[in-house]
Amino acid sequence: MSETLANAGSQGKMPVLRAKGIWKSYGRVAALRGVDIEVYPGEVLGLVGDNGAGKSTLIKCLTGAEYPDSGTISFEGEEVVFHGPLHAHQVGIETVHQTLGVAPQLDIASNLYLGREIRKKGILGAGLRMLDLSSMRRQAAQKVADLGIITIQDMTQAVETLSGGQRQAVAVARAAAFGSKVLILDEPTAALGVRESGQVHKLIGALRDRGLPIIFISHNMPILWELADRIQILRLGRRVAVATPGTSTMEEVVALMTGAKTMQEE
Amino acid sequence: MGEGVTQPSHISAIGVPEPLDADATEAAPQGWLFQLQRPLRSLQRLLHRHAALGPLLVLVLSAATFELLNHRFLYLEDVSLMLQQVTVVGSLAVGQTLIMLTAGIDLSIGALMIFVQMIMGELAINSGVPPFLALVIGLGFGALMGLANGALVARVRLPPFIVTLGTLGIFTALALRLSGGATLFFSNSTNMLLWTGTLVSLGSFNITTGVFLMLGLYLLFWYLLTWTAWGKHIYAVGDDVEASRLAGIRVRAVITSVYVVAGVIYGLAAWVQIGRVGSVSPDISTTLNLDSITAVVIGGTSLFGGRGVMMGTLFGALIVQVFNTGLELSGVNALYLPLAEGILVIFAVTLDHWIRAVRH
Repeated sequence: MSETLANAGSQGKMPVLRAKGIWKSYGRVAALRGVDIEVYPGEVLGLVGDNGAGKSTLIKCLTGAEYPDSGTISFEGEEVVFHGPLHAHQVGIETVHQTLGVAPQLDIASNLYLGREIRKKGILGAGLRMLDLSSMRRQAAQKVADLGIITIQDMTQAVETLSGGQRQAVAVARAAAFGSKVLILDEPTAALGVRESGQVHKLIGALRDRGLPIIFISHNMPILWELADRIQILRLGRRVAVATPGTSTMEEVVALMTGAKTMQEE
Repeated sequence: MGEGVTQPSHISAIGVPEPLDADATEAAPQGWLFQLQRPLRSLQRLLHRHAALGPLLVLVLSAATFELLNHRFLYLEDVSLMLQQVTVVGSLAVGQTLIMLTAGIDLSIGALMIFVQMIMGELAINSGVPPFLALVIGLGFGALMGLANGALVARVRLPPFIVTLGTLGIFTALALRLSGGATLFFSNSTNMLLWTGTLVSLGSFNITTGVFLMLGLYLLFWYLLTWTAWGKHIYAVGDDVEASRLAGIRVRAVITSVYVVAGVIYGLAAWVQIGRVGSVSPDISTTLNLDSITAVVIGGTSLFGGRGVMMGTLFGALIVQVFNTGLELSGVNALYLPLAEGILVIFAVTLDHWIRAVRH
């Protein structure tokens, strides 16, 4: 068990995204109690924890969807305060949230480009603010095809007419297409079928090979063992350990998650 | 957890039912009702994809029916009159559509229009302000009052129903206070505020410029809704606020802008109204808010937001007008008009529910 919080594989490198001592309370419930996290260039960081451990809240704090009560976040070595999700998008952090971030009645292309629509070139775009719908559709089809999602063909189809798995595929496709610096996936395959999950996992591996850092929340231990370089374990709003799949066993990680085993330094 | 175990391919089908499997379980024929399912589902998909198609069909069918009942119905003069009569509610309904697409509702719509109309009339008739300036000030007031509605909805986060119920009373009182309850008549027929009542002849077909103004509004907002990011964001916000926020849309700014723009549209509707009757009066109609909602709902826009198109609303407003004129020409008792409207509204919302349940 690599129980050191200073991590073996990434020594000497600067984290792309790092948070220190994050606290966040909702009313009297403290969801995060001084949690730390850091993700290094080119790695997949698994994030595990029981229900209520604070995984989703931590992700929201990292992506501008929530403001932490205290603690600092630094991006590429510089301290930042994200003013909303758009700000995080602009620096290149993309997220697939647990609740699907898609508008069901809009079509697939509009959803992929929601909040970052492309305008036509020239006077139509600059003067009349006309959107380049055809090129957005074409590029959306390309991005979806790049993911190997073959069940979605028609980009003008409303998302609400898709199956749950296909909707999640749209959300993952959007994040993968625009996440240039960090990709955060909050249980992206929870609603997917076996084949679609496999495709998403394959994609995560391919994105890692390109050097894109990924934070990947999942309850699926075998998949984490296959994809993650390090696995951070949250319990009751704190980081209790960081494990490495090579040296730790799934049983150990589960024991830490549930509190059956505790770390000395905690 | 399937560690290293390859799952037999058929297992995957249990967790995620494909459309194919769903059809297979229903495959046993069950009489004529079953035979109807496939065409019904295609119809559902078609109406889901083209939101204005349903209202258009109803419009054509009702016009054809009334024409059969009374051949005067489609006389040019009658069609022209119907178009002129629909202009005020038709223009108001453009603003109401925008608001309802954000999952809102505007009950103050008619009261605000009457208030703006009284401002324009007071300035131009009693205060000697140049008509053009009176028009611009009136439109500005429309925007300002829209901003008040929008800020209360988007910033203070009050339900649109409550906000506009409150401002309905406020605007009504302000219009009465401003006018003292009196009707003001325009003496100068060349006044620019009356321009919307100018007759335009297309061959033997006469309509007013107000009709063109209304159609222009529909064209403009059809464009903005379908071809601009602002339009896409209106749909997204009405559809799923949280998803829109996470996608980086400035939700409150979008909602506020919609109420402001609607205020300006009501100002233009006031201009159309002035041109039609040549006077301003604080008590022209108390049902403009419900009439506009009726037109929008019959036009296929969902009360829950995110679904609907501009042209649907135009057809919706025309359907109400067709029933109005058609029943009158058929010599039917006038009390049947609200009855017909009521049935249409309930039918439209039922249809909307069915269409939204679509699955591919």
